[in-house]
Amino acid sequence: MDDPRKRMSDAAADWPDQIYDLLKEHGIRQVALVPDAGHSRLIKRCLADNDIKVTTLTTEEEGIGLIFGAWLGGEKGVLLMQSSGVGNCINMLSVPIAHRTPCPMIVTMRGDYGEFNPFQVPMGNATQTVLEAMGTLVKRAETPEDVAPTVNATLRMAFNTYRPTATLLSQRLIGAKTFGK
Amino acid sequence: MQVGPTGKLMRREVVKALLEDRNGMLAIGGLGAPAWDITAAGDSPLNLPLWGGMGAAAMMGLGLALAQPERKVMVITGDGEMLMGVGSLATIAVKQPRNLYVVVLDNEHYGETGMQETATRHGVDLVGMARAAGFPDCRLVKTEAELLALRDSVRSGVGPLFAVVKIDEAPQPLVLPPREASILQARMREAILGPEAHLQ
Repeated sequence: MDDPRKRMSDAAADWPDQIYDLLKEHGIRQVALVPDAGHSRLIKRCLADNDIKVTTLTTEEEGIGLIFGAWLGGEKGVLLMQSSGVGNCINMLSVPIAHRTPCPMIVTMRGDYGEFNPFQVPMGNATQTVLEAMGTLVKRAETPEDVAPTVNATLRMAFNTYRPTATLLSQRLIGAKTFGK
Repeated sequence: MQVGPTGKLMRREVVKALLEDRNGMLAIGGLGAPAWDITAAGDSPLNLPLWGGMGAAAMMGLGLALAQPERKVMVITGDGEMLMGVGSLATIAVKQPRNLYVVVLDNEHYGETGMQETATRHGVDLVGMARAAGFPDCRLVKTEAELLALRDSVRSGVGPLFAVVKIDEAPQPLVLPPREASILQARMREAILGPEAHLQ
């Protein structure tokens, strides 16, 4: 039986798989990341895929360089990170802007909705503003149903219009880490 | 090969030797003098001279090397640029790209900003850091013979390789590449991928 409540809970659980499907659909061959709990299921899917080269970075700005290099060599890349990592990328965004190359980013939000850790709030609150200040097209996904169309738009705008783009996956979607409180 | 007043190798001659008869090898030049050096050796669509992105030259080389595993990729950068992205030594070593060669032209100074001393001037050992990260071939190059041995290894051996070439600090005349970076990336993509590069 088709139970709408079950369908909704499937969407809630499946959005990382929907992002993975979109990466495949868009022919993504390189995934650069600094891990985040919100991306853990997607990271596992990418690591299990022999056609995707996963590079774990020491800091997120390395990923901007990696994706640019991949594009020079004809491969599409995407950067996965947490909102705190966006702050590490800001000057490096000059690279895809000046070269006019695609740079799609999928960002899991902290410091955004029900945050517990005070250190996450400054960057989480500023993520969209600073990305936009650096010429990035930013779209937010607040619900599981938003995720696939928003990520799809982010990938399409990066590869069709040659610029940095980002999807911000809301903490409302991912759930706030509570540290047992 | 000429040496400078300090007895060290001259940067332009080093880069010219490394890029001679390059057989399709791609080169990324870190911002500042290395970008002018690869241009002085002969501007080419196989060159990507950087006007910015300090700290990311080696990572760009990694992305390119992973995308084009059949081509050799050389990153030629400065000590200050490499120090800013020194974590990328760990990132690259984990991936072990067999076609990536990272060469640091080490004059122990920030040459574009008034010759302030870098950490290598005070003994920081980039070769040791690369070795500890896990680059299988790491070397310090001070003489013409060592430079030619490095070139032979790049031509016939496998990477990842990391080399620091100690160079004379005297600045050289500016030889500027195109400054419109969309041209720089598009010409390299076309050289690698053909006209379809622009239809991807």
